[in-house]
Amino acid sequence: MQHSFGSRALSRALALAFALCAAAPAWAQVETLDDTINRIFADSTGWFVSLIFSNFPGTSFPWIVGWLVVAATVFTLYFGFIQFRVLGHSIALVRGDYSDPRDAGEVSHFQALATALSGTVGLGNIAGVAVAVGIGGPGATFWMILAGLLGMASKFTECTLGVKYRNEYEDGTVSGGPMYYLTKGFAERGVPGGRVLAVLFSIFCIFGAFGGGNMFQANQAHQQLAGVFGDYPGWITGVVFAFIVFIVIVGGIKSIARVTEKVVPFMAILYVGTALVIIGMNIGNIGWAFTQIFRGAFTDMGIAGGAVGALIQGFKRAAFSNEAGVGSAAIAHSAVRTKEPVTEGFVSLLEPFIDTVVICTMTALVIIFTGQLVIDPETGRYVVDQGGHIVTATGATGVGLTSAAFASAFSWFPYLLVVAVVLFAFSTMISWSYYGLKAWTYLFGEGKQQELIFKILFCLFVIVGAAANLGPVIDFSDAAIFAMAVVNIIGLYVLMPIVKREVNGYLSRLRSGEIRKFT
Amino acid sequence: MKDILVAAYDGSAASRRAVDFAIRQAGLIDASVVIAHVLEWSPYSFLTPQEIAERHKRRAEELARAQNALIDPLLKELGDAGVPVSAEVRYGHVAETICQIAKEARAGQVFVGRTGESRLAQRLFGSVAVTLAQISPVACTIVP
Repeated sequence: MQHSFGSRALSRALALAFALCAAAPAWAQVETLDDTINRIFADSTGWFVSLIFSNFPGTSFPWIVGWLVVAATVFTLYFGFIQFRVLGHSIALVRGDYSDPRDAGEVSHFQALATALSGTVGLGNIAGVAVAVGIGGPGATFWMILAGLLGMASKFTECTLGVKYRNEYEDGTVSGGPMYYLTKGFAERGVPGGRVLAVLFSIFCIFGAFGGGNMFQANQAHQQLAGVFGDYPGWITGVVFAFIVFIVIVGGIKSIARVTEKVVPFMAILYVGTALVIIGMNIGNIGWAFTQIFRGAFTDMGIAGGAVGALIQGFKRAAFSNEAGVGSAAIAHSAVRTKEPVTEGFVSLLEPFIDTVVICTMTALVIIFTGQLVIDPETGRYVVDQGGHIVTATGATGVGLTSAAFASAFSWFPYLLVVAVVLFAFSTMISWSYYGLKAWTYLFGEGKQQELIFKILFCLFVIVGAAANLGPVIDFSDAAIFAMAVVNIIGLYVLMPIVKREVNGYLSRLRSGEIRKFT
Repeated sequence: MKDILVAAYDGSAASRRAVDFAIRQAGLIDASVVIAHVLEWSPYSFLTPQEIAERHKRRAEELARAQNALIDPLLKELGDAGVPVSAEVRYGHVAETICQIAKEARAGQVFVGRTGESRLAQRLFGSVAVTLAQISPVACTIVP
């Protein structure tokens, strides 16, 4: 039954993608078709987007953000602040202190972490943070860091389960992720509904991969390139990107991915390094800046929604940036070679730390330290425009605000930022092509043909994303990514006792000296 | 206990000269020879998600290929040299892993060939022979 459903769905999806792609170049010029697609899509999926991103009654706080933060808090308490207790051990694991030298040649903890990070570090760290600070003020930074620290526990829980319940095939390859722990873990605990949740998760994951992990990235990369080279049709960027993605994921030309992925960590280090230099150059502002952050976090500084507005923006940014609780990282981390699933959980909790607590915070601090946000000298409160945005020194918002903040110290930085955004977009696309593929093969079965169909579809959507300004499509795919979190976190609540057993067993063996360093 | 000599072998003509030289020396002092073949590997290199999923399978294939295409034919050829010969195939940094093999085997000497790259190439890419000469825990013979 699954096969016939799979074949029908596959052929329909292919036909839709070809139609969308054939029309893509035209969309760039013909507004009406673009509008028609938007309208149809908005009409049919708008309810879903509204449902996922709707606010708690009487507030402007999206319930999905609350869902993610409450889960992160529950996991933090349930595992006794695991993210702080094992931080040193996590770093030792990444350094390979506990790796058996006889396993050399297998995937190391470092490699799994680097690959997963390349999927999460992206535009959100640069543009998203600027939006958060631009609306929520400096106080948003405090709440963002807090949510990042809590998110470490969610990431730990899902990645431990990802390794524990992965599928290992006879040929030595592995497939893992929420769809596997939802099915196998629920069955093990005797809880019904695991299979339904796994199928739902896979469907949302495929939509998320085509949207937030693909079209949104292509679209934003094109916006950046058009900003530098002048306006030109998006489908050109789309075709170039799609070609490069195609030869990496279909042609198996890993060298391109490797070059990009080597540049990505370098870019991230350069970004953080430059941010630290700029903070150093403005070190005189340190007392003032941190006063602004703490005052903004707890008192009304004139921003929309006051301190609560800062909290909403901070939590939102952290949740959207590090994907803790979404389940995507569990797919990436599940392939690591380890006898102890919990070790990969320990390693994965570094991900929200690096992504949110370090990189996102740097963006926020540079914007604050360089005085981009305009304060009314008489009242000491932020000047807010009618749209609820804090007025900035250069008038820029979003990625432009980050760019302006860095450019105030180094005029060449905006060019570097464009390269960074394009590379981050590319690496995020490569990662999400894999997440989507794993969900696809879960639904339609493992096999070369099924994989090829997904990969070709993925490349076609790159062109669509870059060519068209499909707001509702992007909204829908963003909603799909967070719908993944709804399903995944239900699973994490059910399966967290299993993780606790694993942690307790591992930590007691670590304390007794049964688990020892090799170096 | 017999002396043990380690000979680094990567299938090249230079490494074969090192192996032959080690065998001759072993014959003279009644020692045994360990052939060391190292597959270059860094736990810090970057892999795509797809490569990560397939890594265990690829590793098995690479080890089998090294054993079947390089080590087994060599051991067969050296079978009647009159010197006990064994082989170690491992992953890691080439020079460091050869040192590790020498240490574990309690070897008295390491033999390595040199390919005679230009100075520029050596400076740019380094050389296993030069690195071994610098870090080997036991005497190191570089065979031209």
